[in-house]
Amino acid sequence: MVKTQELWDALASVMDPEVPVLSVLDLGVIRAIRHESNRIEVDISPTYTGCPAMDVISSQVREALLSFGDVNIVTVLDPPWTTDWISAEGRNKLEAYGIAPPVGRAHDKRSLWAPVPSVRCPRCKSASTKLISHFGSTACKALYQCLDCQEPFDYFKCL
Amino acid sequence: MKWDTCDPKTAYLLHLGDDALILGQRLAAWCGHGPILEQDIALTNISLDLIGLARQYYQYAALEFGPDCTEDDLAYFRESRSFMNHLLTEQPNGHWGDTLARQFYFDTFHFFQLEALSQSADERLRHIAAKALKETSYHAQFSAEWIVRLGDGTKESHDKIQASLTHLAPFALEFFVPSAVDQAAYNAGIAPDVASLQETWINKVNSIFSLATLDPFTLSFPKKGGKSGIHSEHHGYVLAEMQSLARTYPDAKW
Repeated sequence: MVKTQELWDALASVMDPEVPVLSVLDLGVIRAIRHESNRIEVDISPTYTGCPAMDVISSQVREALLSFGDVNIVTVLDPPWTTDWISAEGRNKLEAYGIAPPVGRAHDKRSLWAPVPSVRCPRCKSASTKLISHFGSTACKALYQCLDCQEPFDYFKCL
Repeated sequence: MKWDTCDPKTAYLLHLGDDALILGQRLAAWCGHGPILEQDIALTNISLDLIGLARQYYQYAALEFGPDCTEDDLAYFRESRSFMNHLLTEQPNGHWGDTLARQFYFDTFHFFQLEALSQSADERLRHIAAKALKETSYHAQFSAEWIVRLGDGTKESHDKIQASLTHLAPFALEFFVPSAVDQAAYNAGIAPDVASLQETWINKVNSIFSLATLDPFTLSFPKKGGKSGIHSEHHGYVLAEMQSLARTYPDAKW
């Protein structure tokens, strides 16, 4: 009989295809794993509604668990995924990779004019940076520029 | 399959999905044509969010049409008359200001609509809306900032965005005129009373117009019909471009 912990461990090597330093566990998208004899059910919360990486993530999760039994992936929308679920280790990995991690908590975003957060440059660590665009190379990122080292960088925005 | 004989909830899901799909398709046409790379990417990101949202609504709606129906059937194999998107969403991209005026009106409405839908009596709809609300707040912020930038920019940018906003205003007012589908969904407790959103919407729009040194929003006779399947001449072209591949090769796989 396979232990639930073995299934979780197996998912530690499944990486986000668009941010390849983060595992699906760092990202916090795996909500639950259930198993009974050789049937495994995994609850996954999508990061963004239209994120094209979600299909790839689902098939990689299935692949990683296939040796343990039949895998059924269940998409869970409630509660909606938030950047608060990215682990502390995941945040460190993001910054080391050159992507500024989300600043603060994704508190209620019900204001149409939320203040722009102060984001630290992942390269030179300067706090003097500016927002270039709310939308970056993938749905989850915004584009910033460091005003000290001048380098543009991705910011994993709060959601 | 008969699309016009569905229950109030399914019809309403199609209406929501059609708005997201048609506007998503319109924005996708900016891919490779944005004035600068960052803005090109911004519009295509918003497009991606909207098409992802359309998929959520269609997947839910497809359950009502039997086991063989998929989200693709709903997107690619319905005719213009069975689409229930707002007329605003199908209006042409025009220039950058036209696209941003359309987006600003829609995003601001979409935000309040999703806020109301996250209290819907229907559980799955409530969950879809709560998720999309977070993404839409970024869209609304982006388009509002552009209205300020263009309105409070040069004389030329001010005059052009004012003209775009004035031209599209009667289309935006369709948001607040309940269609039969809106009414049935409201009666079923799953949708807000759209007329009640008008005041909140106008207040928000006017607060941005004031920052942008633009004229306050003026009420006019709404251009309506899209929500009941009566579309402008542009709709057929959007569908033709979007549906031609799927209809030419119905068994095509990605």
